Amino acid sequence: MYEHLETAKRTENLKRIVVDPVSRVEGHGKVTLMLDENNMVQQARLHIVEFRGFERFIQGRPYWELPVLVQRLCGICPVSHHLAAAKAIDQLVGVDPVNLPVTADKLRRLLHFGQVLQSHALHFFHLSSPDLLFGFESDINKRHIVAVLAEYPDIGVQGVMMRKYGQEVIQTICGKRVHGTGAIPGGMNKSLSTVERDNLLQNIDQIIDWSISSVELIKKVHCSNLPYYDDFATIRSNYLGLIKPDGALELYHGGIRAKNDKGETIIDHVDYCRYNSYIHEEVRSWTYMKFPYLLSLGQQNGWYRVGPLARVNNCDFINTPMAEAARLEFKAHSGEAMVHSTLAFHWARLIETLHCAESIKALLNDPDILGQDLLTQGEKRYEGIGVIEAPRGTLFHHYQIDENDIVTKANLIVSTTSNNMAMNESVRQVAAEYLSGRELTEPLLNNLEVAIRAYDPCLSCATHAVGKMPLQLELIDAEGNLIDKLIKHGNGQVERNCVS
Amino acid sequence: MTSKIRVATTSLAGCFGCHMSFLDIDERMLKLVEVVEFDRSPINDIEHCSSNCDIGLIEGGVCNSENVHVLREFRKNCKILVAVGACAINGGLPALRNFVPLEECLAEAYLDGIGVENPQIPSDPELPLLLDKVRPLHEVVKIDYYLPGCPPSADVFWKFLTDLIAGSEPSLPYELVHYD
Repeated sequence: MYEHLETAKRTENLKRIVVDPVSRVEGHGKVTLMLDENNMVQQARLHIVEFRGFERFIQGRPYWELPVLVQRLCGICPVSHHLAAAKAIDQLVGVDPVNLPVTADKLRRLLHFGQVLQSHALHFFHLSSPDLLFGFESDINKRHIVAVLAEYPDIGVQGVMMRKYGQEVIQTICGKRVHGTGAIPGGMNKSLSTVERDNLLQNIDQIIDWSISSVELIKKVHCSNLPYYDDFATIRSNYLGLIKPDGALELYHGGIRAKNDKGETIIDHVDYCRYNSYIHEEVRSWTYMKFPYLLSLGQQNGWYRVGPLARVNNCDFINTPMAEAARLEFKAHSGEAMVHSTLAFHWARLIETLHCAESIKALLNDPDILGQDLLTQGEKRYEGIGVIEAPRGTLFHHYQIDENDIVTKANLIVSTTSNNMAMNESVRQVAAEYLSGRELTEPLLNNLEVAIRAYDPCLSCATHAVGKMPLQLELIDAEGNLIDKLIKHGNGQVERNCVS
Repeated sequence: MTSKIRVATTSLAGCFGCHMSFLDIDERMLKLVEVVEFDRSPINDIEHCSSNCDIGLIEGGVCNSENVHVLREFRKNCKILVAVGACAINGGLPALRNFVPLEECLAEAYLDGIGVENPQIPSDPELPLLLDKVRPLHEVVKIDYYLPGCPPSADVFWKFLTDLIAGSEPSLPYELVHYD
């Protein structure tokens, strides 16, 4: 496909262009392009430029701190990190997922459905909807949620309220909306009261209705512009994620399934505790984000995509009726075994949002959710692995401890890292197909960001760091002379500064 | 439009949790944007502070050279600069790395980690320089207000901003002040 654009054969005589930072994503990344004398793209890279070092500095801490420590990797999906760590430390106290008390298991699932619902709503409405409603190359002054609230108040308010509901589910169970505490080794720290349950039940039908209309909205946006939405940033890839034993979509616990671009199974129902026999991560010099790949297919061909598109592609069905109907329609639109459209991530994400809303209602109506049996314990172990489907994809937490319960080794593969190669490939596709040979403009740049944004990358998770740099584009000729410069000012104005 | 209060926000070495907590004012956002206009912020595509920002809200500590540049840009352009949350105030959780040599942190992630192939420390000139320690904001620039918490709750943002916008000295009632 576009791998040849990762590294130019020769970098001398090439012009360097920087897009920095990638905006309306969580965290800090930048894109660099290298162009030849005809503005043809010879190299395109998405760099993750910050580093935290969590895997090292949590060593020496007692393991029970992990769920509250590592959730601070990310304020957007803290619950996913909290629960992945909790699943790992369950094993340290000798508890496997099947042995978790029923109420604890269901409370964690409810919590996680709340997390995925709020994160998906945030990404679609607050971050991406301006691109989808106003156009990829629209005026910078419109590319934010406040403009959506002004021009499409119904859609904007719906997004705010859907996110609010997901956050309320989290707050009810964890005490806080961001960085609360709920899971402890072998279970949960508090039960759900009838009053709390009834409060959440009050609004759930409204949330389901809004989720349905969100799916309708993205379907309309996607299908009214079908060839463009199917081709833009689109790449053929493998897909990986957790799956229920019966093949249903799963977000909290299951085996690993991977399929190739034709929909053929690569691995299925693999115990995630053996992940290291199937997945390794390659380091490249130009980014802090590693490149995971399936060992059986090798570094070249073993990369895969995770997240909503992977999950909806990989599953045999969704076990809630309205989301399943939406899934069937989604799959039918492409006419292929797998939907490869990168922008279809948005559609898949909203199908999952609907699934979360339906699942929350089902769990709230389940008498087990009010149970009091929250905790269990077994024989101490020295290694624990927890894997979960975070909003952005499969999330791996792996810890080893010593006889004093102190962490001695940690490995984290966060969701966005798994999409690293795919995001780079999509950037290269857009660079090659939509930008190559053209003159630089600010709206054109947004195309690169639209491609990256579809993955809902959490670069905060991926590097365990965030930050921002000014957006400035420089065009430099073979001799290193600045020949063109674009600066995006604070008020949104773009200044072009032709030097020669 | 010109009479609106300009608010810029950014996240340095933070987790975006403070920004999420700010968004947790939920539908009160509709009231806020009647009197506030967002300048540079991760929720829009404005990448540089205008010179006339009234309030700058900064989440996260300072962990690399870019964080320093961004922080100075905010100080230069915002009349009132606010350190938001534990990381901005004292480095927070990322500052746990201050007890470990940076080389060891990098080695763990890129050389000695489980399942690492092609081990090497990323070293491309595109990657900004890491600081040896994670620093709080006030070690780099003057800070006018501090909002504690990990993160400060939505009500803290609301009370603080509505006080300021009303022209009064912000004060947080005891129950809103948390050091979690």
